[in-house]
Amino acid sequence: MTEPDLHVNLGGLRLDTPILAASGPIGNSHQYRERFSTHALGAIIVKGVSLEPWPGNPPPRLAETASGMLNAIGLQNPGLKQFIEQDLPQLKGAGPRIIVNIVGRTVEEYAQVAAGLNGKEGVDGLEINISCPNVKAGGIAFGTDPDQTYQVVNTVRRQTNLPLLVKLTPNVTDITIIARAAEAAGANALSLINTLSGMLINIETRRPLLGNTTGGLSGRAILPVALKMVWQTAEAVKIPLLGMGGISSARDALQFIMAGARALAVGTALFHNPELPDEIYQGLADYMTEHEIASLESLEGIAHLRR
Amino acid sequence: MLYLPPNRQQQLPRPFSIFKVDCKRGELTLFFQVKGDGTGILANVETDSTIKLFGPLGIGFPALPENSLLVAGGMGIAPLVYLAATTTKPCTMIYAACTAAQLVCPATDLKLSGVTLLEITEDGSRGEQGTAIDLLSRLLNADSDRYKAIFSCGPRSMLKAVADLGRQTGLPTWISLEERMACGIGACLGCVVKTSGGYKRVCFDGPVFPAEVVIFND
Repeated sequence: MTEPDLHVNLGGLRLDTPILAASGPIGNSHQYRERFSTHALGAIIVKGVSLEPWPGNPPPRLAETASGMLNAIGLQNPGLKQFIEQDLPQLKGAGPRIIVNIVGRTVEEYAQVAAGLNGKEGVDGLEINISCPNVKAGGIAFGTDPDQTYQVVNTVRRQTNLPLLVKLTPNVTDITIIARAAEAAGANALSLINTLSGMLINIETRRPLLGNTTGGLSGRAILPVALKMVWQTAEAVKIPLLGMGGISSARDALQFIMAGARALAVGTALFHNPELPDEIYQGLADYMTEHEIASLESLEGIAHLRR
Repeated sequence: MLYLPPNRQQQLPRPFSIFKVDCKRGELTLFFQVKGDGTGILANVETDSTIKLFGPLGIGFPALPENSLLVAGGMGIAPLVYLAATTTKPCTMIYAACTAAQLVCPATDLKLSGVTLLEITEDGSRGEQGTAIDLLSRLLNADSDRYKAIFSCGPRSMLKAVADLGRQTGLPTWISLEERMACGIGACLGCVVKTSGGYKRVCFDGPVFPAEVVIFND
């Protein structure tokens, strides 16, 4: 049998591997090169970029939880201009494809960021963030309403030729309604899930622990929730899915593919295991070899088939 | 950043300051107090086990001028012992806590060449009775021209008071801050503190900051 083929086509974005770095943990510049193993990554999704610089939320911004982490960074970023001038040149040619996560307070801001990145060398795709639970304006306000989801995705769609991913929030009653709206508006793929809204209280100060009061829960604790949402969404839309939420091993990654994801992203687990992309790559290749599977496509959504 | 041995619940690496380095013997010593689950797991690591460490990271204290004042509150002693060991220039170290039981640094590690050690506890159970700030203000008032800089690490409330004294006396003042961290390399923006120049990353822009830039608003 030949070497397993791990290439995937994620909504027009051809990737060498189905393993992506999720937006957030590895920043929006070159810091990751010092620490994270990138050659097994098909793409890196950089931290949210807005039109103007955003200061982010007051500290404390993070706390560890049982098998997870709560964060409320608040999309701190230097803004589109500085991203293009300072960060993008350092990301170009790094190896993995670069997908830029874009955020805005209004539909127009999303559109302006998308327009500003269209045709920029080194940008291979966009991920529209309509799901950050930690900012008041924009973000999740769009991702919890199907009409607003349609409006923002459709407006961005008209500003860009780049492959367009839409990142969905789990903090909704029925994620498939939002997923269908994004698909109808022209998304090429869907990323799911963003973090689950939560909070902690500091019993010494008797106040919420995070500066933002609430934050987003990520890490291993959320895997079953994420997997179920990928499963549901796979039955609701035709566009490919980028699955994420608590993945920390090749076994986890395989579950997402079997639930219907074309590719998968790792986030929180990179903090304690920077070599995780390599381990997942090897684990996927070993599984395919062992079970005589030539390409990942034949595993995509396989758990939905009744046998 | 110190990585915890594999376990199901606690997975983020933990940031620690460096306590002692012995280049000849190839030894690095960290000094920490068990405060939560992560430090609990680290305290139970068996002798001769291997655990992963990534560092050193960030920006530490600058070189110590002669007649510096080092102000340690509780576990804040750890990086100041390391700092004091980098020089034999005469300096004064204040080591403060609420009670004698909280002055946990081994006496042998406090015997440092050139260092005059002054211990103080709030209940007077060891050394003088009072706070680090009482002692620091007295030293600065008694001999205002003698001291050239202040270096401090400890609880936030103490650092705020140290920063205020630094501002009043005009002495260069450096403080080492602590925040919960995830990446350790300035990427995730999880460990920021408020400064006059906006939010700065403790892991990358610090942990040591000039005291006058830090905004303490609690």
